[in-house]
Amino acid sequence: MKLKKNVPLIDQHDKYGFWGGKFGGSFIPETLKKPIEDLTIKFEKLRKNKKFIKKRDFYFQNYVGSPTSFVKLENLSSHLGGAQIWAKVVSEANGGAHKIYNATVHALICKAMGKKYIVGDTGAGYAGKMLSMAAKKFGLKCKIFMGAKDIQRQKPNCDAMRKNGAVIVPVYSGSQTLVDAVSECMRYWVSNCDNTHMCVGSTVGPNIFVKICGWSTAQISRELKSQLIEEFKKMPKIIKLINCVGGGSSAYGFWSEFIDYNKKQIELIGVEAGGPKNSKLHAAPLSRNAKIGILHGAASYVCQNNEGQIHETESISAGLDYPGVSPIHCFLKDTKRARYTFATDEEALNAYKLVTKFEKLNPSLEPSHAFAEAIKIAPKLSKETICIVNSCGDAKKDRDILKARLGKY
Amino acid sequence: MNNSLIHQTFKITKSENRPALLTYTVAGDNTKKKSLEILKSISKYADICELGFPHNTPIADGGQIQTSAYRAIKNGIKINDVFLIAAKFKKLKKDKPIILMGYYNMIYQYNENKFIKKCQKSKVDGLIVVDLPFPENKTFAKKCKKKNINFIQLISPTTSKTRLKQIIKNSHDMIYYISMLSTTGGKLKVSPKKILEEYSKIKKQNLSKNVVIGFGITEKTIKSLKKADGLVVGSAICKEITNSIKKRQNTVTNVTNVVKRLKNKIK
Repeated sequence: MKLKKNVPLIDQHDKYGFWGGKFGGSFIPETLKKPIEDLTIKFEKLRKNKKFIKKRDFYFQNYVGSPTSFVKLENLSSHLGGAQIWAKVVSEANGGAHKIYNATVHALICKAMGKKYIVGDTGAGYAGKMLSMAAKKFGLKCKIFMGAKDIQRQKPNCDAMRKNGAVIVPVYSGSQTLVDAVSECMRYWVSNCDNTHMCVGSTVGPNIFVKICGWSTAQISRELKSQLIEEFKKMPKIIKLINCVGGGSSAYGFWSEFIDYNKKQIELIGVEAGGPKNSKLHAAPLSRNAKIGILHGAASYVCQNNEGQIHETESISAGLDYPGVSPIHCFLKDTKRARYTFATDEEALNAYKLVTKFEKLNPSLEPSHAFAEAIKIAPKLSKETICIVNSCGDAKKDRDILKARLGKY
Repeated sequence: MNNSLIHQTFKITKSENRPALLTYTVAGDNTKKKSLEILKSISKYADICELGFPHNTPIADGGQIQTSAYRAIKNGIKINDVFLIAAKFKKLKKDKPIILMGYYNMIYQYNENKFIKKCQKSKVDGLIVVDLPFPENKTFAKKCKKKNINFIQLISPTTSKTRLKQIIKNSHDMIYYISMLSTTGGKLKVSPKKILEEYSKIKKQNLSKNVVIGFGITEKTIKSLKKADGLVVGSAICKEITNSIKKRQNTVTNVTNVVKRLKNKIK
């Protein structure tokens, strides 16, 4: 298994859609074959279309608000000693998280395909909120599938979705979290694929959804690359790009421009959700050695039992609370280009406390997992090392959880 | 595979001028023992029995079958129990075809070759894998054929014409036509006339293939689709199991009565 140079990672799959010969693919019911084929053809056309690219860039700039800032966390760095800690503040994007890139592109594709309805899944509620925003912006009718448990714990985002005119469909099956929301959304699409476009909220699902999402979030690393050159005049010698990984859309977006670099120069570190310290449950298939399985139309490392039943997961962060992970991250793991680890709920909370104490930054619980790793490794690293954390979400949505766990928000 | 039990069964139902009745129940719903009893009892009226091996993330199933699957998993069904139920059933009813149906991850975790071998050993006649479409299923289907197991291809209203031809060419004795854009158990939202028109298009490609129609078939709708080679009823049966449990009534009797009534409507 080998990575190719000068080819975007999202395009490094075989004709059946597998990365590294075994991750990804399209394990879908027959009914979805045609809509997925149509979508694939359309997307491949659109991404080569200069007018479409112009449109995308226009909305990224004027609607999403590109570029998001790249800042040094001076206080945190001097408190920890060691490496410099920087943040790419993606949470400045319209809506407060990276999910807006994928949502905007899907809404544009939906329009281009002449469909009036758009549906999507959501865990933390960001994918749903952003899709509802984009739907409103582009005049589409929107339905969001969300686990009943997540609806309760991510109320601020639900309020936003409703305000944008989206219908939230609560999902009561299984563990009532993201995994069930994705299943239910796919079922809905099976029944309504003739007039409805589906947006998968992360770089997961059948091959084409991994590609569209990765193509959208890649904006983050395009910005970062030029910001790095601008700041340091040339690419620094040692960089660590630290990102949380649930499905893996923000991590791919953060890394895509840097994958071709030598890993000694630019190390890619993915941080999964380790769950509560004393719980056996987690949402960390990559770093806790789950087996390969098929979930939601793609083969990836999946938290499951010997029989292939998908395990329940547990994490304080709804956005990372997912038993599978993007096939492209499985590929990056097996080719050893990226390193994956996890942070527990407690470590993420502590990281949140520390970051907010020292900096004017309010990272949600998802990037707090990434900060936990940065805080762990920075003191041991040299001053020349540039640790960059993708602060991909804003903690506003977590205020109830933070209040309950830390006593204040 | 013209000597397969599945093919023979269609020969008989055709000579009787009626469609084959195919039932779908979930193995282990609501217990291992009960599901075998149900299977034995309904096979008096059903021509072919589909037995689901339940998965907890079923992306193409509606509420009724999901409920049955969760119930079976909760009551401890394991894949080897599914084979055991199939084998026990076949011991008693060796002329009744049994088709296992489920999602690919279960087969993948068990190991494809081992799974097919186990099917053969348990005298399973056919396999339906919901999320392993053509052409990705070509190798697997070939392996099945080698062991005399029918791999059943699915066709849906969205299947394109060229694809349709390829799928039929690569199919074995039976093809499953999904009546409409829906998960299992949806309300029949397409007219029977339209469904039969699409069905004829498939038949025309190769008359020797047995084509069954499934999704949305209930006591109310079954008669209108009687022209097909076979009709599959799943969710309506699973629903009856759920209702019987709720009312604390005998699931075996109640489900058998449903199947009996279904059969009477297409005789």
